[in-house]
Amino acid sequence: MNSYGIEESKNGESQRQKRHRSERNFRRLGLSAILFALSVLVLLLATITLRGYKAFHQHEIALEFDFDPERFDIDPENDPELRNANFNLLVKSAILSTTTDKLNRKERRALFALVSSGASFELRTILLGDLTALGKKSKLSIPLSDDADMLLKGAIPREVPESDRILSDKQISWVDMWLAQGRISRVFNHRFFSNGDSRNPELAGIWGALVGSMWTILITLMLCFPIGVAAAIYLEVFAKKNKLNDFIEVNINNLAAVPSIVFGLLGLAVFLNFFGFPRSAPLVGGMVLALMTLPTVIIAARSSIAAVPPSITEAAMGMGASPLQVVLHHVLPLAMPGVLTGTIIGMARALGETAPLLMIGMVAFIVDVPDGPMTASTVLPVQVYLWADSPERAFVEKTSAAIMVLLVFLILMNLAAVLLRNRFEKRW
Amino acid sequence: MKRIILCLVAIAGMVLPSFAALARDEIRIVGSSTVFPFSTAVAEQFGKKTSFKTPVVEATGSGGGLKLFCAGSGFNTPDITNSSRRIKAGEVERCAKNGVNDIVEIKVGFDGIVMANAKSAEVMFLTKKQIFLALAKVVPVDGKMIENPHKTWKDVDPALPATEIEVLGPPPTSGTRDAFVELAMEGGAKNLPELKALKKSDKKKFKAIAHAIREDGAFVEAGENDNLIVQKLEANPDALGIFGFSFLDQNSDKVQGSFVDGSEPTFDNIASGKYGVSRSLYFYVKKSHVGKVPGIKEFLAEFTSEGAAGAEGYLSDRGLIPLSEKDRIKIRNDGSTLALLRM
Repeated sequence: MNSYGIEESKNGESQRQKRHRSERNFRRLGLSAILFALSVLVLLLATITLRGYKAFHQHEIALEFDFDPERFDIDPENDPELRNANFNLLVKSAILSTTTDKLNRKERRALFALVSSGASFELRTILLGDLTALGKKSKLSIPLSDDADMLLKGAIPREVPESDRILSDKQISWVDMWLAQGRISRVFNHRFFSNGDSRNPELAGIWGALVGSMWTILITLMLCFPIGVAAAIYLEVFAKKNKLNDFIEVNINNLAAVPSIVFGLLGLAVFLNFFGFPRSAPLVGGMVLALMTLPTVIIAARSSIAAVPPSITEAAMGMGASPLQVVLHHVLPLAMPGVLTGTIIGMARALGETAPLLMIGMVAFIVDVPDGPMTASTVLPVQVYLWADSPERAFVEKTSAAIMVLLVFLILMNLAAVLLRNRFEKRW
Repeated sequence: MKRIILCLVAIAGMVLPSFAALARDEIRIVGSSTVFPFSTAVAEQFGKKTSFKTPVVEATGSGGGLKLFCAGSGFNTPDITNSSRRIKAGEVERCAKNGVNDIVEIKVGFDGIVMANAKSAEVMFLTKKQIFLALAKVVPVDGKMIENPHKTWKDVDPALPATEIEVLGPPPTSGTRDAFVELAMEGGAKNLPELKALKKSDKKKFKAIAHAIREDGAFVEAGENDNLIVQKLEANPDALGIFGFSFLDQNSDKVQGSFVDGSEPTFDNIASGKYGVSRSLYFYVKKSHVGKVPGIKEFLAEFTSEGAAGAEGYLSDRGLIPLSEKDRIKIRNDGSTLALLRM
């Protein structure tokens, strides 16, 4: 008996050690899983940042422009004519005046290619905004072309043979000449935050897509928050337990798992083809994304309504509140933090979607910044996709920069949700 | 809570009235992703130059674009569709069935399809026949059609290097793939005596064989993103990639084009027709929309202008190979008179 007892305790000791060991191993495993996930995240963010941060500044060249009305043959009183004036000539003569070399036609072309083709339009905007500049000489900074910008940023290597480079030796020597003349300056890329899309990387901006995303998300929120909460309240508080309601519940759960492209097809068939809404409009995009996020919102709202302690409902009922009063005054405010969390998860997913938008025409090249939910626009993830697919090298850094903007947008949205939730949060 | 609801109602009140503004005042363009970079460049230039709104351009693929284009003549259908191949007779029929009878065809220029590898590797000298033998699903060996047995380029032709055949190319949904199959593969199949005979006797079977790309891993579908293919080629010097000339043009410090039938894929060789794997790019316009959607005529004028599609226009800077001068004048003329499509 005694010896048996000792044996048992020895056995127990080794078993205890074994259990402790396995617990330690399990903890280590969990920790390493988290470390792995973190390191991948850091790697991802670091690659994006390293590639993208250069897009936030760009190189400009300062040139002397001679806004002599005679030289470009216009009547300052008449705007339409000013619009059509030959600003291109103005830019070209300003570029030519920086060098004393005699250039043939081909060389001139190569020289002009170093300055952004959007320069003449920027000059036009400046002059249309300030007609007093007419007749004066002024020194203005205009962006360099994407290739010259890439050279200065080091993305186009100088040491490879001339035939393998986008820029010729001659072009590089001109850029160096401008550098020596002190004309080139590195400035904050304000165009990236104020322009719409462009085929010229140095002019391309994220603002159009950002505004499009804001409109789309606003429509989505406006539709799916009230509808989702109302549906959740009905299903959780008022609906009777019968076959029909069970059927609805199963369907909502299933809808949450439907691939997003299906909602795009639905949007195409119903909103565009049947109701005749305009293509590419954030309104339609918002409606499609609202359909996609509704199940998520309903499910989250239901579970947080169900988590409100019955004592509160019963107390309110006991004080003579009507069921509607119970829900609006007591249950919903207490469930709000959970509802908001569910909504924000849905919104974050909607913000990153491109697939359903493909079908309704929001994957498009759009230059004009949208001025409302009915004008054609695109969204941030689509902009990322379009730039990633462009042949020009300068779009590589733009792509990463656009991803950074998308991530910041997402973080701000989540921050707003956390702040709102903390305001509503009640503990008992 | 009440405040949130009030807020939402107020925003809804602001948004809903704009429903009234349903009329369309910008040109809508859909279609080929190959023409997309050129079409968007013209659209942007057009929007800046004129007082019209900038056209909205979507890349839906050639087939998808023509489907949308032919869906009807209402203003909820696109005005213009881009295509990296010519419209098919069946598509013209479908258009006509839906009331689109007045199509204007504009040829934009040429696009070369290149097979390229990394700069660190040797330049490849290929013929269309070798391309077919390396990439086809079934090939004739000793008079019999068998599953492609070639593992290395040397197996295809002793003159080629002994590296394994690994080609990254676009998926079947891509117009680039269609054109590659038609021009390079079919062009190569025609040069094989066994298949030449088949072409005469059974044209359908010949096409099925000539258009089938092997699926045993030697040909890798690398997605529609050509930038990705360029990156993969850099990492793997043994691999070849198939993509449009504009990507070779932009990445000439990273990849080099293979010679096909003795000519290098350069701007001049494609323009003169010496480089054999090139195709024409088009766009199609609905004449009934001209004058109703503002700016279509002016957009055509911009696209066909010498400054855009000309020998030294801004589209050639983006890799579009211009038409001959004679063709350009004819197309410009067709565009301004809105001459209707003749098959």
